[in-house]
Amino acid sequence: MYSASDLRKNLKIQIEGDPYVITDFQFVKPGKGQSLYRCKLKNMVTGSQFERTFRSVDSFEPANLQEKNMQYLYKEGNQYCFMDNETYEQVYLTENQVGEASNFLIDNIEAEILFFGSDALGVTLPNFVDLTATQADPWVKGDTAAGNSKPITVETGYTLNVPSFIEEGEKIRIDTRTGEYVTRVKE
Amino acid sequence: MDERWLLARRKDNLKTRARMIQAIRQFFISRDYLEVETPIRVPTQAPEAHIDPLTSEGWFLHTSPELCMKRLLAAGYPRIFQIARCFRAEERGALHISEFTLLEWYRSQIDYKAMMEECEDLLLYLAEVLCHENVITYQGKEIVLERPWERISVRDAFERYSPITMEEALEQDRFDEIMVSHIEPRLGRKRPTFLYDYPASLAALSRLKKGDPTLAERFELYMGGLELANAFSELTDCDEQKARFAREQEHRRKMGKPPYPEPERFLAALPHMPEASGIALGVDRLAMLFTDSKTIDDVVTFTPEML
Repeated sequence: MYSASDLRKNLKIQIEGDPYVITDFQFVKPGKGQSLYRCKLKNMVTGSQFERTFRSVDSFEPANLQEKNMQYLYKEGNQYCFMDNETYEQVYLTENQVGEASNFLIDNIEAEILFFGSDALGVTLPNFVDLTATQADPWVKGDTAAGNSKPITVETGYTLNVPSFIEEGEKIRIDTRTGEYVTRVKE
Repeated sequence: MDERWLLARRKDNLKTRARMIQAIRQFFISRDYLEVETPIRVPTQAPEAHIDPLTSEGWFLHTSPELCMKRLLAAGYPRIFQIARCFRAEERGALHISEFTLLEWYRSQIDYKAMMEECEDLLLYLAEVLCHENVITYQGKEIVLERPWERISVRDAFERYSPITMEEALEQDRFDEIMVSHIEPRLGRKRPTFLYDYPASLAALSRLKKGDPTLAERFELYMGGLELANAFSELTDCDEQKARFAREQEHRRKMGKPPYPEPERFLAALPHMPEASGIALGVDRLAMLFTDSKTIDDVVTFTPEML
């Protein structure tokens, strides 16, 4: 069982038998009032979305999902293909099911595919992935202030802010839960 | 996370925060307020239903310096202010951090309406020092500080913004939910808003409104949708205060929370307390406004997650 203080973005919970993923989460507490947990929820089977505000006394069943480690192979049209490396079984996820994870999917990356019964519903990436900067403005000599940032693009097409010393071709580590830069990866 | 980069990115915000705190001190010193420091670790605190403390060797880290400051007020300190680190358990979000900074000030012989004016004076002074003008731009929207500021009663705010009335919301136990989903986001948009006259049941330490005992003389200040401050005309009636505390303790028991030891020394001082108004203002959130920051993380040195 989860309690309200466990609620966060991407947590998967069960409501009336269906698995839901929290797509947006906000902790709020009006002056002198009770703690409230505002969530946007997406039904992982039907894709329908709704908003609900929970209280600190509420509790939740974890979504009844099975996870299977699979490898990402390729994208074809609107479909992402993953393969079980032991059975060679392949499954397809839609763009909608992959969601923000598409920002970090590179060929051959291993990820957890979520199944509800026999249906593949979604994917959970490792918390950190290393991606190469494919487009970055050159580092200006003299720009030594430690806090300066610039936007770059990585090999998946995803753009994010990084310290200004990161150069094109370098590898960086990204936190897939927040989409933010973590550190430079030295090879 | 690349810690040096993260901390360095915050440097401008932390500089503004420091200048803001210096300006707050100047404002109160120029008005003859005495700066005080009361103990952070205390044996008990004001019982309130929804504020939970962190414990420390059987005592508590204070959730606010309110009771100690009122004891000073009762002992003949008519104008006092404090910038205090406070602690509240299980409060973490874009606008909450469990260790945070409160500015509290108390002034004898004024009520909550006069306190609203002093709030306006403070914010106008800070904007002058920090922005050199009466306009703050927060998250792409301009907030004009020029007087008059909006004043709207809680009852009218429900009439205007909520699908149900204040009384219905209280009956259905939906007051807080409606407040955060329908009302707060609409407050302090173009200019700051004072939301005032709360239901009597939602003000543990506030005087009841003269002429309407169903309401309490309490207000909250909102700017850019952020709740910045909470103020009362202070309750000075000892028996009434005891009854309110008992009600809050009962709330806590019902929710399975431990009751607090009765704040006996505070209650003993209360008959000597003059008519007064007091206010608690969130310094971190004020710094968010003046640095145009979206989350409280951007205006503190270290978040608990970084420690």
